[in-house]
Amino acid sequence: MDSMFILVALAKIFTVISIVMGLATLLTWVERKQSAIIQDRIGANRADIFGFRVIGLFHPIADAIKMLTKEDFIPPFANIWLHMLAPAISYVPVLLVFAVIPFGPNIEIGGQVIQSQIANINIGLLYIFGFGGLAVYGTVIGGWCSNNKYALLGSMRAAVQMISYEVCLGLSLVGAIMIYGTVDLSQMVMEQSGHWFGWIPRWGIFLQPLGALLFLPAAIAENKRIPFDLPEAESEIIGYFTEYSGLKAGLFMMTEFIEIVVVAALFTLIFLGGWHLPWLAWDGFHWPWGGVASLNVWIVKALQFGTYFFKIAVMIYFFILVRWTLPRFRFDQLVKLGWNYLLPLALLNLLITGVLLVLFG
Amino acid sequence: MIEKKVREIKVEFGVVEKIYWVEILRGLWITNRHFMVNMTAHILRAIGLKPKKDYSATIQYPEELRPIHHRWRGRHRLTVKQNGDIRCTSCMMCETVCPCDCIHIVPGESADPEVEKFPEEFFIDVLRCCFCGLCEEACPVDAIRMDVMDFDLAGYTRDIVFDKEFLMGLTDERAWEKWDVFPPDSKESADAA
Repeated sequence: MDSMFILVALAKIFTVISIVMGLATLLTWVERKQSAIIQDRIGANRADIFGFRVIGLFHPIADAIKMLTKEDFIPPFANIWLHMLAPAISYVPVLLVFAVIPFGPNIEIGGQVIQSQIANINIGLLYIFGFGGLAVYGTVIGGWCSNNKYALLGSMRAAVQMISYEVCLGLSLVGAIMIYGTVDLSQMVMEQSGHWFGWIPRWGIFLQPLGALLFLPAAIAENKRIPFDLPEAESEIIGYFTEYSGLKAGLFMMTEFIEIVVVAALFTLIFLGGWHLPWLAWDGFHWPWGGVASLNVWIVKALQFGTYFFKIAVMIYFFILVRWTLPRFRFDQLVKLGWNYLLPLALLNLLITGVLLVLFG
Repeated sequence: MIEKKVREIKVEFGVVEKIYWVEILRGLWITNRHFMVNMTAHILRAIGLKPKKDYSATIQYPEELRPIHHRWRGRHRLTVKQNGDIRCTSCMMCETVCPCDCIHIVPGESADPEVEKFPEEFFIDVLRCCFCGLCEEACPVDAIRMDVMDFDLAGYTRDIVFDKEFLMGLTDERAWEKWDVFPPDSKESADAA
């Protein structure tokens, strides 16, 4: 516990928090612009500072200013402490999850290996499931303490949805845990290096296609995004954060956007090979047809960081694309899907994985 | 008993359609294609190559305006004769027919010996106007028309009244934007001061 360790840890925390918060804020802009381009229109492009519009990148700042300056209204007869606490209960676990999500490969500085992960605990994925369970509390408390019947119903819908899909989320990842033999996320990524027959990268999606296919709907449902956004469904049904205004509603929205980043990062790490670029080893490209293009170690590390963020960006693009493609589920269809279809498929995935592991090792 | 002729069309879902993943992928492909095509057009336009058609349905107001049909019923205007005099003879027919009581005319004697009257003041309270067009129909000398192709009629006050000079097109100023919210000698302005 020398001062170097604390300094490195503080630097990592600072990096992760700035990346995550920056990414979540940028995500509001990405969502608006990408939704607009999918719908054949131009998105929001009017917020400017001294005449510079910069394709609408100042809109998240405008949103932040709006949220900070709105009146903070606590409805009468509502539980004041819980009303103030609910956004925090919703927001904090989602940020804490980033303690075990790596944001890149290991870096060697001066002979010391620094892992790009804040906490190197060996229960990585279980920690994430634990805090994912805590995320339900924020929504339930938020709807309950508003003294609003409809908000309460919204939060009950959210609770049912999140609990049903958390089971499926966990089970779909157990197959991957069994194959890699570890729960630590950076270990999982290290096991995904290399190729089969020199051509196919050893990514998780090729080993566990059914698991990846089940993880995606469960993750989108945990996040309460379309097509599973019945708890909050914008202008059609009253959601659970009706009685929150200003920064409290802003915190609920930020929770959602940060959860998108969490889920995209999880999918990238477990199923898409994390930061591995095909045929890129620690000293350069090893092409399958024989040649070696050697590169400086720092360039390789930079390429790997870039690949990681590119893959996360592709996953986020995919989530926004799904938002504008699929219609919303009715609530009984949602619950039936979670328990009747996804859960047995996850168990089947587990069975097949177990059998194949025993047979082939 | 009325026998209805009903033609039943049975739609059967094939096996491929029942596995919703295939349909979802087809939908995702359509959305993705929209994104890729539009994004390419936007990037090309940013570089400088202009694509043939407009790849977005957005009309960037106020730089671009939506084209207005020639039968548009919009803002009022008072027509003028060829020598510049106002055509209106303040017969009060438009003021009488207006269902919203928004026209106020003060008649006066005209300098031209062949014309009896002309309006000294012609006020239209636009916030009361319902844009029905009855004043245009009632006018016997085609003095008031409602065909100004402008829909930017907003103001910052509660007193948007068009006066004769503005309606004739003699001034471009939107005079009502310079007024305070309340008239100067009213109780509300005394409270606010």
